[in-house]
Amino acid sequence: MIKGLKKWRLFALMTALLVFLAGCGREEISTLLPAGEVAQDQFNLLILSTIVMAFVIIVVTIIYVLAIVKFRRSKIGEDVIPEQVEGSAKLEFLWTAIPIVLILILAVPTVYSTFDLADVSTMDVQAEDSDAMTHLTVNVTAKLYWWEFEYPEQGIVTAQELVVPTNERVYFNLISADVKHSFWIPSIGGKLDANPENVNTFYLTFDQESAELEDGVFYGKCAELCGPSHALMDFKVKSMDRESFDQWVAAMQEEATPAEGALAQEGEQIFGADGAGCIACHAVSGSGAAGGVGPNVATFGDRNRVAGYLEHNEENIKKWISDPQEYKPGNLMPDPESLNDGKPFTEQELDALAAYLMSLSVEE
Amino acid sequence: MSSIAQKKGFGAAMWDYLTTVDHKKIAHLYLASGGIFFLIGGIEAMLIRIQLMKAGNDFLSAGTYNEVLTMHGTTMIFLAAMPILLAFMNAIMPLQIGARDVAFPFLNSLGFWLFFFGGVFLNLSWFLGGAPDAGWTNYASLAIASEGHGIDFYALGLTISGFGTLISGINFLVTIINMRAPGMTYMRMPLFTWTTFVASALILLAFPPLTVGVFFMVFDRMFGANFFDVTMGGNTIIWEHLFWIFGHPEVYILILPAFGIFSEIFAIFSRKRLFGYTALVFATILIGFYGFMVWAHHMFTVGLGPTANAVFALATMIIAVPTGVKIFNWLLTIWGGSISFTTPMMYAIGFIPSFVAGGVTGVMQAIAPLDYQLHDSYFIVAHFHYVIVGGVVLAILAATHLYWPKMFGTMLSEKLGKVTFWLFFIGFHLTFFIQHFLGLMGMPRRVYTFGADQGWDLFNAISSVGALFMALGVIILLVNIVMTSIKNERVSNDPWGDGRTLEWAIASPPPFYNFAQTPLVRGLDTFWIEKMEGNKEGMVYAEPLEEIHMPNGSFVPVVMSFGLFVASFGALYNMDGDKGWTIPVIIIGLVITFGSMLFRSLKDDLGFHISKEELLRDVKGGKSDGLK
Repeated sequence: MIKGLKKWRLFALMTALLVFLAGCGREEISTLLPAGEVAQDQFNLLILSTIVMAFVIIVVTIIYVLAIVKFRRSKIGEDVIPEQVEGSAKLEFLWTAIPIVLILILAVPTVYSTFDLADVSTMDVQAEDSDAMTHLTVNVTAKLYWWEFEYPEQGIVTAQELVVPTNERVYFNLISADVKHSFWIPSIGGKLDANPENVNTFYLTFDQESAELEDGVFYGKCAELCGPSHALMDFKVKSMDRESFDQWVAAMQEEATPAEGALAQEGEQIFGADGAGCIACHAVSGSGAAGGVGPNVATFGDRNRVAGYLEHNEENIKKWISDPQEYKPGNLMPDPESLNDGKPFTEQELDALAAYLMSLSVEE
Repeated sequence: MSSIAQKKGFGAAMWDYLTTVDHKKIAHLYLASGGIFFLIGGIEAMLIRIQLMKAGNDFLSAGTYNEVLTMHGTTMIFLAAMPILLAFMNAIMPLQIGARDVAFPFLNSLGFWLFFFGGVFLNLSWFLGGAPDAGWTNYASLAIASEGHGIDFYALGLTISGFGTLISGINFLVTIINMRAPGMTYMRMPLFTWTTFVASALILLAFPPLTVGVFFMVFDRMFGANFFDVTMGGNTIIWEHLFWIFGHPEVYILILPAFGIFSEIFAIFSRKRLFGYTALVFATILIGFYGFMVWAHHMFTVGLGPTANAVFALATMIIAVPTGVKIFNWLLTIWGGSISFTTPMMYAIGFIPSFVAGGVTGVMQAIAPLDYQLHDSYFIVAHFHYVIVGGVVLAILAATHLYWPKMFGTMLSEKLGKVTFWLFFIGFHLTFFIQHFLGLMGMPRRVYTFGADQGWDLFNAISSVGALFMALGVIILLVNIVMTSIKNERVSNDPWGDGRTLEWAIASPPPFYNFAQTPLVRGLDTFWIEKMEGNKEGMVYAEPLEEIHMPNGSFVPVVMSFGLFVASFGALYNMDGDKGWTIPVIIIGLVITFGSMLFRSLKDDLGFHISKEELLRDVKGGKSDGLK
């Protein structure tokens, strides 16, 4: 019995510990482990408001517990008729005034921060000397279950994996090409909606290099219900120092090189206009502008996930191409049958496509 | 009439309920149908929690999940919580003010049947090609893009049931303004009547924006109007504004009556008058007023700009003040009282920490920059379940136990009631507390699945276990109701022994004409005053025993509502453009509705009188109030 109790206690302790350790979530995605200035500001507001609210909870709890312990009918007698108190103007004043003070404490940083985080006035201002903090602009277009990232100043475009430099402001222009979406990288900063009718602009800064993370990327999410595959509309973020970023941009701007190796070349042929015609929607070159029908695949080999959420391997590429609706219901990628004269791709063709896609890379 | 014929066949009882205009019977109808919709919404909630029990679960498909989550929200708000609260308002409010009935008994019945047919229409979508799938908020871009007829069921169903709610709201306003017993001044009205009054005013002002929005939606889908079509110059943000100008007051329409119920419970089971009654009344009015000033806090991430966000953030924070005033006044009501831990009181005691938790997370979300992180994450899911389950549903369960004897003349089992309370209360916190952290850990709301690589597995599993406890609690409540009905031990006027307001001065259940003589109200908690002064008659009466004029029952409301129900099917399938039968069906439906309106207008229905002799017979037989 005692032994059993001990085990039970150990179990309870372990559970409590597990809950505590799990309590902050993964650093790739948790708002509790901020990796950018904006998320840090928001985290600070969370802590401040939690402290103020904890004060309220403590006061309420004390009165509450005392009241239900002291004034139980079983304790004070069955037939007692308590005094019928009407109220107290003093107390009413007290519990009106104190909450107002608490709200003022919260109001000041709220207003300051609201304007601060919305300040995009420096977006179009170029730094006068090169030592000053530089910045980057990214045009984000949210489309049914994928994200397009255009870098207008660099003349490049990519999809699904955002690449950004660390320690400088990155301005985002958000719009949706279809229904409303919302752009959210929890560990970097709060979300902003991608509306179909207007461009929303805000900034984020990335203070940590994503290579330091266990998974190598930050996780981005769509936060607004946008259809069946809303839950799968993920993107990934690679943050790197400015030098690496510039290298990446330069590599993106280069012409796409033809595939090497027999299998990949066969894949390129299927992918191209003479084969199944995938290239009609999926550009394979990084240079260009936004407006792709399907995600640009110039960096496909560098990516971290297939279709935004499946593990990045050839097996999953083949599964995804053979039956896109199975893995992302409601997405707009055509079935292979409709591209390949009514036939599904053969195993050989799928292998070739996977090999070709994996060979598309701008990183070393 | 109806009260005399106690033992009737099933058919006669059915007919009685179909034609009744008695506020107490309409309350039964609201409670039964709201209760059934609550069970349906609860089953949908369980499906959601089963799906999210583990990472990558395939219990529900992506599309089905979106239908389930949409119908869970829509059903719980429009078809469960509001109607059940309307049930208690109908059953209790006219008694609390000593009225014969509501001001417009016929409209009362019409309001119910409109709600009922609207709700049935909405739920038939499950069997007719798929339920709505754009969330209960039904944001326009997604709703316009949604295939099938789900969204049309949503728009037309809510239009019909919205009419019903609007009619009820107007009816209660007129009732409270005009039909209070002599002596019942505004500042002597019980808190539940006050909250009914303010909630009704909110219904009156909040439902028209929703109706406008839903009409735009129907026009876009039926006739290709372009209110929300961005490519044609429409604007989807307009929907968000219209929806939330309705949607925020809507949550106060739910929570204020809940506050009223708890105010009654705290006073009754502490044997003490409400501390700071005046402050509680003004806090209620202020909350109702501010409720219209804060809708854009649901839209902080839409991109309204920093000025709008800052203004709405501050306006939202102010609401915490009157809400805090209420909490402290309740605490001071039980302070110094004599607390009896009955089932309703257990719910009230459980409500305070639950609602305070929901309230403080509300203030946190009012901080706009912080809300950029919290918005549309599981944090907000946790928050609104804390206020709606921790506030409204606990109030509904409390009122079910508190007013069951007044409505049905028999007490629910206290033992089973407490089992339900503990299961539900523990389950509720287990389910939703942990969801705050899921949100902070980056989990967006309305996701049908999540990957094992996101670190959310454990907390989701715990949350699903909690939901199971809540379900068990509800099942035990059902067992309790069945067992109580079988035993059917009759109770007296004041079964809790400490009733303070007028509804406890009348028989349980009250005769169909309510008070045989209109009572005279001599102060706040008027029945308590009489009891304390040892009044053996129960109440002092404002008039001698006289003939009572009563309205006749009518089947017209059912027919009128049914006509709209029929016309809606025509309208819905008319959008397909290839069905010839739809226009005739619309016409037939509208002819039924307008024909019955014409019939109602042309037919003189003068009601009937209950003779003095009959009343005296009831009084002697102990069926009436007062005299024993």
